[in-house]
Amino acid sequence: MLELIDIHKHFGPVRANDGVTMRVEAGTIHGLLGENGAGKSTLMKVLAGFISADSGEILLGGEPLEVSNPKESVTAGIGLLHQDPLLCLPFSVLENFMLGRPESFVLDPDTARTELEDLAARFDFQFLADATARSLTVGERQQLEILRLLSLGVRVLILDEPTTAISATQRALLFATLRKLAEEGMTVIFVSHKLEEIDEICDTATVLRAGQVTGEVVLPVSSSELVSLMFGKAIIPEERTDVDLGEPVVDLRNITAIERLVRLQDVSLTARAGEVIGLAGLAGSGQQTMLKVCAGQRKPDAGTVVVHGEDVTRSSYNHHMGIGVHWLPADRLGEGLVEGLSVTEHFALAGDTPQGFVVDWAGAGEEAATKISHFSVKGTTESTPESLSGGNQQRLLLAMMPDHVELLLMEHPTRGLDIESAEWVWHQILERRNDGTAIVFSSADLDELLRYSDRILVFFAGRVLRELVAADADAEELGYLIGGKERE
Amino acid sequence: MVLGLLAAAPLVIALAIAGDLDVTTGTVIAGAAPLIYATIGETITEKAGVVNLSLDGSLLLSAMAGFGGAFMSGSVIVGFIAAAAASALVALIIAYASIELRLNQIAVGFVLFLLTTELSALLGGPFVREPGPSVPNLEIPILADIPFLGKALFQHNLSIYGSFLLIAVAYWFFYRTRPGLELQAVGERPESAFARGISVRGARYFYTVLGGALVGIGGAAFSLDQKFGWSEGHVRNFGWIALAIVIFGGWHPFRVALGCYLFGALQVVALKLQPVFPGLSQVLPILPFPTMILTLVVINRPGFRALGDRFASLRKFLASEPPASLGTNFEQG
Repeated sequence: MLELIDIHKHFGPVRANDGVTMRVEAGTIHGLLGENGAGKSTLMKVLAGFISADSGEILLGGEPLEVSNPKESVTAGIGLLHQDPLLCLPFSVLENFMLGRPESFVLDPDTARTELEDLAARFDFQFLADATARSLTVGERQQLEILRLLSLGVRVLILDEPTTAISATQRALLFATLRKLAEEGMTVIFVSHKLEEIDEICDTATVLRAGQVTGEVVLPVSSSELVSLMFGKAIIPEERTDVDLGEPVVDLRNITAIERLVRLQDVSLTARAGEVIGLAGLAGSGQQTMLKVCAGQRKPDAGTVVVHGEDVTRSSYNHHMGIGVHWLPADRLGEGLVEGLSVTEHFALAGDTPQGFVVDWAGAGEEAATKISHFSVKGTTESTPESLSGGNQQRLLLAMMPDHVELLLMEHPTRGLDIESAEWVWHQILERRNDGTAIVFSSADLDELLRYSDRILVFFAGRVLRELVAADADAEELGYLIGGKERE
Repeated sequence: MVLGLLAAAPLVIALAIAGDLDVTTGTVIAGAAPLIYATIGETITEKAGVVNLSLDGSLLLSAMAGFGGAFMSGSVIVGFIAAAAASALVALIIAYASIELRLNQIAVGFVLFLLTTELSALLGGPFVREPGPSVPNLEIPILADIPFLGKALFQHNLSIYGSFLLIAVAYWFFYRTRPGLELQAVGERPESAFARGISVRGARYFYTVLGGALVGIGGAAFSLDQKFGWSEGHVRNFGWIALAIVIFGGWHPFRVALGCYLFGALQVVALKLQPVFPGLSQVLPILPFPTMILTLVVINRPGFRALGDRFASLRKFLASEPPASLGTNFEQG
C-alpha cells in the first residue's frame, strides 16, 4: 500500500500540486490521469525523489518515506520511468544497465550480462547487450529501464506517459509486462492523459486537474465521466465532415530516397485540394523521409515532385515555402521554434508583417498579440517557447502559419497533447482543409489517423504496404498493417 | 588513402633523414610525454563535462612552478608536486565557477588562460635561463637491451615511463571500472547520472581537479625534462595543441596518445629539416602546429565513423563523440 497524503508543491505562483492525496494498493495498476499541466509529473517526481514537496507525507507499507534524491527513492523501492528514459545514448545497453548499480570497483560485465539476459527473457524483451542505447527505439529504451529498475529491487514502478513515442506492438508488450508485474505483487502507477489507455490497463485511477484531485475511480467507467473529471466539462469530438476535393496540389512520383537507416523506395502520392492524407507506419519506415521530400527539405535520389503543375524536385525549401508549402515538424522546439527568442521575435522572423532591414517591432508585437489571443496561446508576447507547454507550442506554430497555405505537411501534429489541445489543433487544421488546403500528416496515433484522414498510406520498410480509405478501415487492421502483417 | 599518406608521410621523411630509426622513435616518444599528461588530463576533465580552456596558460604556469620548485628545493619531486598543485588550483577555480557560480566555462577558462600566462612570466622572473635539477635517466635493465624497442621505449626516465602507464591506466579506468563508467555518464547525461545516485557535483570537482593536476605534471615534464629550464612563454602553444588533440582524439586515451606521438614526430621532422633548409629556420619550428591541425581534420572524415559501425570492437576507438553535456552547467536536485 502506497499513500501520498496532502502533497503541496508550488513553483513560484504556480500550484503544481495543491493538497494531493492518493492511495494505491499493492499488486494493482493505478492510473494517474489529467491534462497537460495538471500536476501529474510533479507529483511523480516528488514520489521518486527528483524534487521535494513543500509539505505532505508519503507512506509506503504504512512506514513514512523520507527521500531526498532519486537514489534513496530507488533504495526504498520506488522507481520512475521517464517519458524519455534517462539513458546515456553512446553507451551500450549493458553499460546503461550497469550504471548506478552497486557494482564493484572493476566492472564485472559478465555477471551483469547474465542478469540482464535472464530478466529480458522473463518478459520477452529482446536486447543486444552490446548495441548502443542510441540504436534502440524509445520502446526498447523503456524496456531496458524497466529491467534496470527491477534488478535494483523496485516494488513501485511509475511510468510517466510511456506510450507517447512507441509503436502499437511495443505498447502491447509493455501492457503485458505491466500486468505480469502487478500479478507478481508490484505496484504500478501509470501516468497518462490518454483515457483509452487508462481504461485499458488500469484497475483504479486518480484524476488530477490544476493540481488538485477531482476524482478517484474504479475502472471501468464511462469515458465521458473521466473527461468531465479531467476538464471540468464534457468535450464532444467533432463529427467527421468531408469536403469536395479539388485539383491535385502535390504529385510525388516514384520517390526514392536512401538515408542511413531508412530506404524510401519508389513511393508515389497525390494530394488534392481539401484532401487529408495520413501516413502510418513504425518510426523509420519512410513516412518522415516522404514528408521531408514533399517539403523540399531533402532532395529525392530519384522521382519527381510536382506542386500545382510545377516541377519542384530540385527547388529549394524557400521556393517550396514561396509557393504555399508549409511544414510543421514533430520536434517543435528543435526545428519549429527558436529557444530563447520571444513570441514577438518569432513573429518578426516569420510573421506576416512585412519586415525590412530594420525590424518593425511595433508591427510584429501587434501581430504577436493578436495571434496569441486568437489561438489562445497561454503565454505573453514576451514568453519564450521553452516556457510554454507542448500544447501551447503547437498553438504558437499554428498561429505563425501564413494566411494562405496550399499544402500543409505535419509530423505527429498532436503528439504529447491532451485531448482538449488535440481537438483544438485539429479544428484549426480542418478549417484550413475546408478552405482548400491539402493536408499530409504522419502520426503514430491510430485513432487520429482514422478519424481525420481521407486516405491512409501505410509505410513499411520504406515502401507503401497498402493504401486504405479511412472510412472503411479499423484500428485493428491498421495496427496489423503497420507491423507489416495482413490480418489473418 | 589520403589519410594514410598524411599520417605516414612525416614518419617516412623522418626515416629518410634520421637513418637510425630506434633513436628517432625514442626522441619522438620522449618528446610527446608532457603532451600525453596534458591531453589525458584534459580528456578526464572533459569526460566529466567540464572544459578547461586555460590549458595553454596552465601548462606555462605549471612549467614555471615545476622548475621553480625544483630550483629552490633542489628536488625534482618537489617540482612535480608544485606544478601539479598550481595547475590543480586553476582547475579548481574553473570547477567552482561552473558548479557554484554557474559561469560559462569557456569564458572563465579563457580569462584564466590570460591570467596564468601573465602570472607565469611575473613569478618566473627569478628562474629565467637558470640551471637547475632535471629528471635523471633510468634505463630499465634487460628491457633496454631489446633491439629497437630498447632504445625506443626503455632508455628514458620515470616521467616518460609514467606517461606510458597513464595511457594504459586511463583506458582501463574509463572502460573497465565502475567510477570510470560513472565519470562518463556525468559528462554525457548528468540527469541520468543524478537519477542513478551519482553525485554530479562531486564528480565534476574531483575529475576537473585531477585532470588539472595531470596537466601540471605535463608542465613539469616540459620544464624539468623535455624542454629543460624556464624562460618567458617557454611552452607557449602546446596547450592549444593539446586541446585540439583531445577533440580530434575523440576523448579516447589511445587515439589521444596517437595524436601526441604524431605531433612529436612532426616536431622531430621539423628539427631534422633545419640543416636541410637553413633559410626556413624561422618557419620550421612552428610548422608542426598547423600541420597537426590539418592532419587531425583529415583523419576525422566521416568515413572513419562508418568504419566503427562495421567493426563493433573498434567502435569506441573510432566514435570520436564529444561528451554530450560538455561545457554545460548542471543544476542538481
